[in-house]
Amino acid sequence: MTTAASPQAAAVAPATSPTATLPPEAASAARAATTTAVRAAPAADAPQPTTSAGVRATARIVARHDGRGGTALPVLAGEGPLAPRRTRGSGAEARVLLVGAMSGPLGGDRLTVDARVEAGARLRIGSAAATIALPGQVPGPARYDVRLTVADGGELHWLPEQLISAHGSDLYVTTRADLAPTARLVLREEQVLGRAAEQPGRLTSRLAVRIGGRTVLDQELACGPGAPGGWDGPAVLAGHRAMGQLVLVRPEFARAPVAARVLGEGAALVPLAGPAALVSAVAPDALRLRRLLDEALTELDRACAGPPGDLR
Amino acid sequence: MSRAALLVLADGRFPAGGHAHSGGAEAAVRAGRITGVADLADFCRGRLHTAGLVAAALAGAAALGRDPVELDAAADARTPSPALRLAARKLGRQLMRAARATWPAPELDALAREFPKGAHQPVVLGLTARAAGLGPEEAAYCAAYESVSGPATATVRLLSLDPFDATAVLARLAPELDQVVERAVAAARRVAAEGVDALPACSAPLLEIAAEAHAAWPVRLFAS
Repeated sequence: MTTAASPQAAAVAPATSPTATLPPEAASAARAATTTAVRAAPAADAPQPTTSAGVRATARIVARHDGRGGTALPVLAGEGPLAPRRTRGSGAEARVLLVGAMSGPLGGDRLTVDARVEAGARLRIGSAAATIALPGQVPGPARYDVRLTVADGGELHWLPEQLISAHGSDLYVTTRADLAPTARLVLREEQVLGRAAEQPGRLTSRLAVRIGGRTVLDQELACGPGAPGGWDGPAVLAGHRAMGQLVLVRPEFARAPVAARVLGEGAALVPLAGPAALVSAVAPDALRLRRLLDEALTELDRACAGPPGDLR
Repeated sequence: MSRAALLVLADGRFPAGGHAHSGGAEAAVRAGRITGVADLADFCRGRLHTAGLVAAALAGAAALGRDPVELDAAADARTPSPALRLAARKLGRQLMRAARATWPAPELDALAREFPKGAHQPVVLGLTARAAGLGPEEAAYCAAYESVSGPATATVRLLSLDPFDATAVLARLAPELDQVVERAVAAARRVAAEGVDALPACSAPLLEIAAEAHAAWPVRLFAS
């Protein structure tokens, strides 16, 4: 029996383009395997999406109301390390899981996630595992840009796992959510500085939320070696190693905004200057941060399920 | 431009009400995060590169004549804590009163009409600098310096710190103040072509979170 590793098989493979006949899952896995191999030994004729400047990859997701009370995903395309997978949804909501098909982002990489929710559609995006920013062979920072667009009557839950800044890494991540006036959003971001007992890399994270063309939140946090001074001091993080943001956008917040409230030592719920609420939290580690944000979300959901005046 | 106008505007005795605010130092002292001079220096450095940079860029852009209403909205988006938004507007209103008496200008009158409850203080500061014939650098210097001088003075009172030590903290931050102002003014100049998204949005989570706790204290020495 001929094994896949035999010279004949290797020579024949490109001509017959094996990935073309495979189901999308397997094709993507094959491509991921290819790019991983290329990354380990950069070659002059390296195929896309790897370039001398690192990986450039974009994942695109479009959610569309299917006219039968459900949500279709006419576009669900991954590239390089970004592999979006549709999973079992619930009710009118479609669910997508971002699977990391290769390690990264690494230095020099440029990754983009572009998710669009059309009018009346409902989409929930999560990730299969934490994203770990690592140093790469290419000098220079990595970029990770998340672009979220939600049309009127649409709803997006963007709930990825943590972003971990490993020692020696350098990542600039931007998340921009652009919402129509009656769109709804639940967005969670968590940053963790270093893996267990590890010094962090450099991480700059900017989060902007726009509703009806008006920016209601624009926040950037820079930390790690090389960040402007004082990032770990008493005004900014004071030794906390995990920080997170939970943003809720609901049209009804325009009439009945949430009341500002302290949620324990390192977290607060605040109404933004627009129909949105923010939970901002710092914690000693990722586990305690997640607990804080989960509790806050449960409580907000409960408050919002009641009559509009019951938002505290 | 009269450089002496900068001394008047930046003078701690300029009657704009800044002395009632600690810039988050009172909350940090209570939480045990500022216990001495070294912590104060770290606190001020962190504040300078976050809230200080943002305030300096807003002031610089206002001094350049960018639309103060858009700048005020940009300040709102960069200040998630409603307690801090309220404090910034109160300080803006107090500064407006002093500014209109000191350097009367139609632009100040227009802003006061637009925001009867006060615009964000850095926006008013930038427009005040403009009315005084000062440029974006001077406005940014004022805002950046205020972002650290307030906490330093407040900590002297809160911890009975030696005023000489607190002043030395500020003096040692001077080179970083220069850098922050340079960055702020460069961003402010980009606003004309790129809009307010070009302004920095650097944030300090603990300043925002602690401000909400501080606002709920029944008794406190400082307003913020």
